[in-house]
Amino acid sequence: MTISRETIINIVLALLLLAIPYAAIQFGNPFYVTLATRMAILGLAAVGLNIALGFGGLVSFGHAAFFGAGGYVAGILASHSFSAIPLNFGLFAVPGTNQMPIIWLVALLAGGLLAAAIGMISLRTSGVYFIMITLAFAQMTYYFAVSWPAYGGEDGLSILVRNQFPGVNTMVPLNYFLICYAVLMVALLLSALIRDSRFGAALQAARQNEVRVASVGITPFRIRLVAFAISGMITALAGALYADLNRFVSPSMMSWHMSGEFIVLIILGGVGRLYGPVAGAMLFVMFEFLLGGLTERWQFFLGLLLLGVVLFARGGLIGLIAGKPRHD
Amino acid sequence: MTETVLDIRDLCKSFGALKATDHVSLDLRAGEIHALIGPNGAGKSTLIHQIAGTLKPDTGTIDFLGQPIGQLGVAERARLGLGRSFQVSSLASEFSALRNVMLAVQSRQGSSFRFFRRVMGDASLVDPAMAALERVGLKDRADIPAAELSHGERRQLEIAIALALGSRAFLLDEPMAGMGPEGSRQFTGFLDALRTEAPILLIEHDMDAVFALADRISVLVYGRVVASGTVDEIRNDPEVRRAYLGDPQ
Repeated sequence: MTISRETIINIVLALLLLAIPYAAIQFGNPFYVTLATRMAILGLAAVGLNIALGFGGLVSFGHAAFFGAGGYVAGILASHSFSAIPLNFGLFAVPGTNQMPIIWLVALLAGGLLAAAIGMISLRTSGVYFIMITLAFAQMTYYFAVSWPAYGGEDGLSILVRNQFPGVNTMVPLNYFLICYAVLMVALLLSALIRDSRFGAALQAARQNEVRVASVGITPFRIRLVAFAISGMITALAGALYADLNRFVSPSMMSWHMSGEFIVLIILGGVGRLYGPVAGAMLFVMFEFLLGGLTERWQFFLGLLLLGVVLFARGGLIGLIAGKPRHD
Repeated sequence: MTETVLDIRDLCKSFGALKATDHVSLDLRAGEIHALIGPNGAGKSTLIHQIAGTLKPDTGTIDFLGQPIGQLGVAERARLGLGRSFQVSSLASEFSALRNVMLAVQSRQGSSFRFFRRVMGDASLVDPAMAALERVGLKDRADIPAAELSHGERRQLEIAIALALGSRAFLLDEPMAGMGPEGSRQFTGFLDALRTEAPILLIEHDMDAVFALADRISVLVYGRVVASGTVDEIRNDPEVRRAYLGDPQ
């Protein structure tokens, strides 16, 4: 069996991302470890979006809602754990927690439920209406967070001590990078499995031709709804990790800038390509850092890059190097 | 009397002032090919759309295998066994011919919510799909993306998909358009044999094929069935000759 060019690129990207923090420490510049962690987390958020946008053709302009939901799960649970005041749900109360595995599970659940609810309504529309309705829902969650004084409102919520992972000191930047990197790798594996599965076949076929899928007896709406929920879960998990990286959650995680950024990551890296989100996140963070150091107007140059990709390299970075995607 | 598979009663559909389907009643019986002919714009495809569920009729009923299906969606009707080919081929264009058919196989198995097993290594999907491709003569083209197939091949692929779906009736909208004379002749033979598997409601402009294949013919003009009967009856019907076949006098 021959290994495709895309697989080689994927392996190189995975190793490159893993190498960045070690090289940073070697060269006495540990700040770069955090950059690599940012790449991994933004990449993870975009891996989530890629399932909806890349595989399913569902251009969600509202994934920041799930990202923020995950972030607030981490922030709220941590704050209750810190203050030792249980979360009061009226009928019953639950204690907070500073354990990452529990926080992740809650974040996955919250992201999945929110995405299912938003998807239930949004997926009845398509095209530009879908873009607008997902944006509208995300902005609703944004303003909800802004006007919720219990958890900081507009000012956001600090996580005083980074949440814990059993057996690992998460305050060591390299350790935290490795946690995020491992989560990213698991998400990529799941994403690849889904893409090649029966579900993935139906999802990708629905993107190419909705009528065809219905004509063989598969209801596109159900397939898309499940895909949208899975997509929201992964992005919410990324949000929880992002909150712990910054030790801070704020409504800005839910703003439309964030949703736009995720789409940009995927377009830069390659829409629908397994490692497209990772390539995009690495490029984006690198750009932000290198150009951001030179000029405050780095986003202008990011815009130029995006323009170049859209005009001359529609398949993004992965498409540029590996050529068109193969469907066996 | 043979069993009625598809029974359409008094179907009406208007687009504004245009009556695209005007009190149409027709049926499809087991083992037959029922051809639907008529000039362009007669409402043949509109009728197929209503049977398949992509369009909702204004009034009238559609029964399939004794069950009213008028209120069901496209996917539900397909699951009941209404297999269909389109006037303009409708395929997942990036997928190979094989993967297009595999989608029908997985639907027939009722199992699209499986997330982890690779479809390409799954013999329970690949084998039936390959068999369907072989029947329509596309086995050698299995790996070619649908977008790169010729027009005729795409029609064949749509039939293969309908076969793989285990269809109980076929709705074929101009399946021979885009085929060369040789391909048409072969395909006529194929459809001839197919009717024993499931009856066919056939829209076709190739009159030689229609007269060779059809057990019954209905003629649609301006949304109305103006004549319905055996091949000979239709050939000799004066109104049909005038309206459609082009009376030489």
